[in-house]
Amino acid sequence: MSSTLFEKSHVGRKGINIPKQSVNDAPKLDASLLRDTKANLPEVSEFDVVRHFTRLSNKNFSIDANFYPLGSCTMKYNPKVQERVGGLAGLANLHPHHITNNQTHLVQGALSSLKTLENNLCEITGMEAFTLTPQAGAHGEMLGVMMIGAYHKKKGNNKRYVIVPDSSHGTNPATAAMVDYDVITVKSNKDGSMDFEAFKEVMSDEVAAVMMTAPNTLGLFNPAVKKICDLAHSYDALMYYDGANMNAIMGVVRPGDIGFDVIHLNLHKTFATPHGGGGPGAGPVGVGNKLKEFLPDLQVGFSEEKGYFFDTPHQNCIGKISPFFGNYLVLVRALVYMQTLGKEGMINTSKKAVLNANYILAKLKPHLKAAYPNQLCMHECVFSAEDLTKEYGIKAMDIAKYLLDFGLHAPTVYFPLIVKESIMIEPTETENIDTIDYFCQKMIDAVELAKSNPEAFKEFPKTLPISRPDETKAARSLNIRWQ
Amino acid sequence: MPYIPHTAQDVRKMLDVIGIKEESNLFDAIPNELRAKSFDLPEGLSEFEVFDNFAALANQNDTSKISFLGGGYYDHIIPTAVDSLSTRSEFYTAYTPYQAEASQGTLQALYEFQSMICELTGMEATNASMYDGGTAMAEAALMAVRVGRSKKKKILVDSGVNPIYIKIVKTYLAYHDLEVIVLDVKNDGCDKERLLSLIDKDVAGYIFQNPNFFGSVEDYSEIITALHDVKALAIMSSYPIALGILQSAKDVDADIFCGDGQSLGNYLGFGGPSFGILACKEKYIRNLPGRIVGITDDAEGRRSYVLTLQAREQHIRRDKATSNICSNQNLMALRATIFMALIGKEGFVKLSNQNFNNASYLKDELSKVEGISIYNQNPTFNEFVIELPMSSSEFINKMESKNFFAGLKLDALYENFENKVLVSATEKRTKAQMDEFVKSVKEIV
Repeated sequence: MSSTLFEKSHVGRKGINIPKQSVNDAPKLDASLLRDTKANLPEVSEFDVVRHFTRLSNKNFSIDANFYPLGSCTMKYNPKVQERVGGLAGLANLHPHHITNNQTHLVQGALSSLKTLENNLCEITGMEAFTLTPQAGAHGEMLGVMMIGAYHKKKGNNKRYVIVPDSSHGTNPATAAMVDYDVITVKSNKDGSMDFEAFKEVMSDEVAAVMMTAPNTLGLFNPAVKKICDLAHSYDALMYYDGANMNAIMGVVRPGDIGFDVIHLNLHKTFATPHGGGGPGAGPVGVGNKLKEFLPDLQVGFSEEKGYFFDTPHQNCIGKISPFFGNYLVLVRALVYMQTLGKEGMINTSKKAVLNANYILAKLKPHLKAAYPNQLCMHECVFSAEDLTKEYGIKAMDIAKYLLDFGLHAPTVYFPLIVKESIMIEPTETENIDTIDYFCQKMIDAVELAKSNPEAFKEFPKTLPISRPDETKAARSLNIRWQ
Repeated sequence: MPYIPHTAQDVRKMLDVIGIKEESNLFDAIPNELRAKSFDLPEGLSEFEVFDNFAALANQNDTSKISFLGGGYYDHIIPTAVDSLSTRSEFYTAYTPYQAEASQGTLQALYEFQSMICELTGMEATNASMYDGGTAMAEAALMAVRVGRSKKKKILVDSGVNPIYIKIVKTYLAYHDLEVIVLDVKNDGCDKERLLSLIDKDVAGYIFQNPNFFGSVEDYSEIITALHDVKALAIMSSYPIALGILQSAKDVDADIFCGDGQSLGNYLGFGGPSFGILACKEKYIRNLPGRIVGITDDAEGRRSYVLTLQAREQHIRRDKATSNICSNQNLMALRATIFMALIGKEGFVKLSNQNFNNASYLKDELSKVEGISIYNQNPTFNEFVIELPMSSSEFINKMESKNFFAGLKLDALYENFENKVLVSATEKRTKAQMDEFVKSVKEIV
């Protein structure tokens, strides 16, 4: 039963005890400053709460229990030791205003962890410097584009546009808009990469930046990326690297070596910090020399005599985008992961992520139309259910829902937008061959069922707490809080 | 190799199916001139070695002293059940709940989160959380601009708003044709005369914080009426625990509420992760960024929770979205939901009162110390500013040697505040600890 805690509430039922007040009550504040009615929070016992949320947890898929072949999301195993470290009192209870107070002697451990992480990220990506302040990938993206804006402003460049390929994540154009740039979208060519000729046509003095994901959301590495960088730079446009797909290329390619000026990474993807059901993430941003001076307020410095300290922001610093060091306890988890993997572990991670994706591509392409069947993919592969839709009325979403009944999370569907009825699969390196074989078999079963009995798809999923919800109704008769 | 299950036989079998000879062939599409020039990182370690390293590193931080440090981030109780439930891996290793059928747990929890946040703030609509209080405030300002159809170009910010948040608002708004006007600090409260003179039809919104950064509590109703007269929005920021007893956003007729959720069951964590609260009147919901959960039915008529109004969001609307925000601080919002449920309706009022009573006691006692005066002219809630006969640095350092984190140095954030320190006391502080604190203050001033 999906009753809310509000329905389980009983007047007078108590939850936990708070510590006993040891001082006398102060005189009450003037009534004009006080609220009229109490906030109507539930009245439930501790055990009520525990049972309620335990039962709710049982209604979730999770990476610990289920395979998530989710393209562009990198749902890999989150090592347990991360949680143990994240719970250390010396980290979890550390007050951020020691930063404001400039009490560096109280936070040397935290600062050293941040510096180590920064250094690692620089080496992994080939960038010159990193900021750890962004709280998510999209937040990092926004910071990156802001710094690009500040760069052009300082140079007196009159720039209006940001170029993105049509395969880009939705956050790319949304970010450009948040920094007040207009977006130019460039078509992909038949190989799935941003078309160089089409790109050349829209490139002009008014372009501020080009945002690219490499490998892109089709799981393909654009071999023209260097040419694109060079052309953009000849117009003094800066190259933005969306690091969402970094898991494919650790130790193989470094965006900094190619000539990217700014990059964000999603630590909750490549560096295995838990997705948390939608957050918290962390989106550190790396820059090359052109953008160093614009880095946001709050960087860690180090010297032999002073130890770790807070660097004075450069006069061209773009300001603050988060209060302190972003989601610090997420950053710590990523560092834990890096240290257990080490250099060889990271290289092997990317190899196996790409191996797993190509294995799926090879196994499924005789059964389902691959978007780019004649080339190897990187860490993810994209299929199209278009033929099944035309012939049997079965859409990508139908296949996604079918899989749920077998304990398999849906792949990413309807993204990237340029492949019709797209099904995008990213297995990650942490899944073993048995799980992948099982998944492939269920995909093949789904295709066969689409041909033999398309009607059957209407009822999937049938074993989960709910079947397909009426999303139109949810938006039309809006109910977003208990009343 | 940690976390990689492949045996040599697995790899061989997979390469054969793919039809390539070696693993390195997987990367043949990448030209040599694009290959990494360096990848110089340490060797991997076992989890035991890594844990020991971090345990040693955590020991180089100091969290041992009795804390009176606040300024928006507080040392509050965290019930054990918050940890036990939020660390269930069914919650923390789940993905964003786009597949509703496989995410009813997360979705229902978020619906309950939204319900509780609406109760606390008095607002009619809220989302599933923002990154933190500062970014929520910046998004609130951008919301006010959208509501004004981008014709109103001014955002007024009260002098009592968290100065770190003000910096974030300024950064977010710097790339738009907008003016951010921050009122000068006159004293601990709102400079109503100056403010009223600045309110005109070009104002999209006015941001205020209650209790403000100096801890002062005021009634903003009159100002909000003046704002509404020129169709400007009132954006209220507050600290959730204060809403147990202080006026909610609804009580003062504010249009948008923003705030930080650390105090609702989340660790200080050197500043994060926490979460941001962003709530509003129902009529502004289509301008609200971020994920929103709603109730609907499935085919069998069963109650179902889903993400709704997604047409506002980046994955659908791309450059026309209300914001580029993609994630929420889901796990922190879940912790807050569990926290609020455990504290409960009556408990929350009690908790709020206890913070007020403790801080009031401490303020009273400190005001009796010779050489110390209280800066606040207005009533205060859980914190207040003391003026010292010495520099704030000297005071903080001396108190540290007496085993206290004595407060926040305001000269780090304001000009001409050399001898002022912001002091807070939560429900965790006992009379004995506060008496010891006052005794130590007497010894050093």
